Parts: sequence; C-alpha cells; structure tokens
Amino acid sequence: MNLSSIYERLIVLNSEYARCINSDQLEKWPDFFQENCLYKITTAANVKNGFDAGIIYADSKAMLADRINALRNANIYERQRYRHILGLPYVVEDAERECAVQTPFVVIRIMGSGQMELFASGEYRDRVTVLSADELKFAERIVVCDGDRFDTLLAIPL
Amino acid sequence: MTSNTKGSEDFQWPPEEISSVPFRLYKNEEIYKSEQNRVFGGAVWNFLCLEVEVPNAGDFRTTQVGRMPVVVTRNFDGKICAFENRCAHRGTLIVLEEGGNARDFSCVYHAWNYDLKGSLKGIPFKAGVNGAGGLPESFCMQDHGPRKLRVATICGLVFGTFSNDVPPIEDFIGDVILPRLRRVLGKPVEIIGRFTQVLPYNWKLYAENVRDTYHASLLHTFFTTFRIARLTQAGGIFLSSDGGHHATASFAPKAEKDAAYQSLRSNNETLRLSDPRLLECYDEYNDGIKNQMLTIFPGLVVQQVYNSLALRLIVPVSINSTELRWVYLGYTDDTPELRRARLLQANLIGPAGFVSMEDGCVGNFVERGISTAQDKFAVVQMGGLTAESQPTRATEVAVRGFWKAYRSYMGV
Repeated sequence: MNLSSIYERLIVLNSEYARCINSDQLEKWPDFFQENCLYKITTAANVKNGFDAGIIYADSKAMLADRINALRNANIYERQRYRHILGLPYVVEDAERECAVQTPFVVIRIMGSGQMELFASGEYRDRVTVLSADELKFAERIVVCDGDRFDTLLAIPL
Repeated sequence: MTSNTKGSEDFQWPPEEISSVPFRLYKNEEIYKSEQNRVFGGAVWNFLCLEVEVPNAGDFRTTQVGRMPVVVTRNFDGKICAFENRCAHRGTLIVLEEGGNARDFSCVYHAWNYDLKGSLKGIPFKAGVNGAGGLPESFCMQDHGPRKLRVATICGLVFGTFSNDVPPIEDFIGDVILPRLRRVLGKPVEIIGRFTQVLPYNWKLYAENVRDTYHASLLHTFFTTFRIARLTQAGGIFLSSDGGHHATASFAPKAEKDAAYQSLRSNNETLRLSDPRLLECYDEYNDGIKNQMLTIFPGLVVQQVYNSLALRLIVPVSINSTELRWVYLGYTDDTPELRRARLLQANLIGPAGFVSMEDGCVGNFVERGISTAQDKFAVVQMGGLTAESQPTRATEVAVRGFWKAYRSYMGV
C-alpha cells in the first residue's frame, strides 16, 4: 500500500488499534506504544480542572502488558467485548518525527448476555512518533471520555 | 415506628440479630424509601464535600444526601452552609451546576431568589402588576424555603445533618476511628481526579463490601498474588461503639509463602509484574500500614491503598442502582515522586482498578442470586456473632457493625 499523507497513515494506525482490541488480540495491544509512553483514561471534566489522575495510568509499555496479564489471569468480570467506532483524525501539529492528533471514538460494550450498550464516548489525544515511513507508535494516548460515569467496571482498555 | 415501615417481625429478623441479614433488605421498596428519612435524614453526619471544594466566599458545590439534592456554599462570613436543592415554589432544582461561584441563586423556572444560606429573598411580581395578580399579602417569605442542614467540618471534610439529636461530629465519629481519620487527613489535600462508578446493585451491598475484609484477598486475585493484602498479613479492624464506622489496618506482607492460600483460585504464583514500579510505596505515615480502609456511616469511605488516597461517596440512585463517587486525593505538599506514586497506584482503585474493579460487579451477582430468595438470609458469621474491634481481618465484624448501626437508625 502506498500511503502518502499522515492522515492516511493515522487512519491505518487507528483502525489496526481498534481491530486489535475488538478482536480480543489484547496481547498485541502494548505494541502500539513506545517503550516509554503514557496511556491514561480520564474525563473531559478532569482535563478541564487540571486533575492529573486517570482510572488507568501507565507510563511504560511494560505496564500495559501487566494490565493485559491481570485481565487474563487475575481480574474477575463477566464476559464482554467492545466495538470501537472511530472518527477521523484531526492533526493538531505535524512535525517531522512526531505529530499531535485528536480522534473521536465511540465504544459499544457487548455483554455475554447479548446486551449491547454505549459504554463510552470521547476522543483520543495522541502524540504519535513517526519511526519510519510505515511505522507509527503512540508516545502518548490520553483517552478523554466525554462523561465521568463508568458503568460497573472498565476491564478492557479503550 | 411508623406504620408504613416494616419492623423486624415482618422479616422474621430476630431483634439485635446482626450475623444474618434478610435478603429482602436489598429488594424491598418500602424499606428503601424509609432509609432516606431514617438513615440519611436521621441522627447521622452525612459527608457533603471537601472544604477545598468551596475555598472562597460565594463558592458552591452540589451533592446529595441519600437521594436528596443538596447545595453546599461558602458564605460571605466564611462559614459553610448547606440546604436542600429545591425551590420553595414549585420544587425545581435551584442550582443546576456541579460547582462554581455565585452571589446568590435564582431558580430558572420563575426566578425565585435565594441567598447563599438558602433563605428565600426575592419573588418576581410578588405584588403583581398594576395592582393585579401577585401573591396574597399574607404570604410570608420567611415561612418558605428549602430545608437547611446543620454543617460541621473535620479534617477538611464537610458534613451535614438534618438532626438536632446527633452528637458533635468528633463524638459521632468517636475516639476509636478519629485517630485513623486524622492519620490520613491530618494535613491539607488537593483533588487530583474525580470519577463515578455506577454500581448495578443496592447501596447497602457496597456498604457491606467495603467493610468486608474477608473477601478482599479472595475475590481480588491481584491483591493476593502481588501480596498487597492477605489475611495472613498482620492487621486488624477498629470499630466504633455503634458499629457504623470502621477502619482497617494491614501491614506489609511477610516474605515467606503462605500455606493458607496454596489451593485458592486467587493465589496465582505465576503472575508477576513486568514493571514493578507500580507498587513502589513510600511509608509516608511511618507506621508500616500499607492499606487503611475507613468508613463513616452511612455513605463515606476514606481510603489509603499504598500511596493512593481517595474518598468514595456512596449515593443511592434507585433500589438497585448506586453511584460510587470517587475523589482521588494528594497532599498539597507532595513531592513529585510521591505524586507520581499516587498516579501509578490509582491503577489499583476506581472503576478500572486492579484490586477494586470486581466490587463493581459482585454486588450485582448477589442481586441476581437472591432474585427469588427474599425470605432467606445472608450468613455473616466469620469472626463471631457480635460487633467489636478485632485483631484480625479474617472476619466479617465490620459488616455486622454496619447492620448494628443500620438497625438502630431504621428502628428494625
């Protein structure tokens, strides 16, 4: 595939990211990130108030792997999966080695019982490192949820 | 006791029994409704907000006491006031925002105006227009207004009550629990995050869950495997004399293998963190206590898990839905290293917490399990049949304490 623009490359990155989670290939999820990275799930209100905490806060790729390890082996939750619907990336800043980008998302949670419901909406605020022409990694992915009410629990990452 | 409240005889719940709990308590609408007046509106101090949320004159914050919407304000004289968020006219919410700063409040519906204490101060067209319309001359503004709460502050926490009989806040919390509260809230805090977890079950199941030291290392595998908390660690439970408030202490784990956990599902010896910085902990109180869970009846939880500090407010939404409102805290004098530890260890708690996410669903498993068992009882006998402080966490003593307090407030 010949991808010329950063937009096209970001769309591929995001579609691969969503497919990884939605198809339960969570062990591959940390590979979307740099070794030193920041992945955080927070809310628009916390961002507005300058509150730093997240419900998930990982500052290394190893911590992301630990998250998946715990999901697979430790944590208890009813069977569920996600359907990510991603919008188009908005490139805030495009430098040679890194770009800042915002991408809206909607996540539907499908429970083992068959119930389908809107679980979260928001936007990814990313810093994406351009490693080579066809390799992009997240240096930072801040998941800013529109609201602050999380139903029951959040096990699978957004 | 009023006739519309079911008494202990309706549950066949022996008087003063606290080691068995009728499942009906989680499912009965009448009981749920009477909790508003008897528990939240009773002789208790309800947590309202943090003092740092209303630091300046005119600052306000909305919250709930049980299901009742409440406004908390800082007056121009510096005092904190609280009143029901309900216009005296048609019952509309007076304040719609979560927080802010105001000189006074006007209801959006007909612009009835209130001061920061919640007293009715102005009514548009009160005298009508050109001699027609308006309120009767007999209408007295002083006789109308939302209910006001008495307010007390301690350790930077703001509490409110509708009761004239409740003891002062220090006595209400009591000398067993108060030092445990001062231990973590003895110096100024700041908010570092707010999240709400919607629990699909009755609020009392969470009030029990957070007092249930027995389950912590059995349901929460992460806790056990990484030796964050095991019942074989040293520790114990402090209980207030009325049973309603509790505090746990658990110390750092012993290094050797615990034979007691060998055959349990929650003991997964193969699980190791590849980035153990998550659990690098500072002994900031110099007492070796790794975890302290503390409750103030009915709805407040004050939590120290490693260096993660948070308040949790239990807010009933309906008989089978509850909001758990998390307020993540740091101290204003945190070093960058300590603040970073708090951010990392926040992974342990909250809706996505390694050791607390299961609490979001387990109460719902109870609700579903007891669907047709409302004449049956839960067994709460670990550690005995009574409610008093105990030097172990292999006990349900704080759960019994909750029911001891609940029965006394409810009159059942």
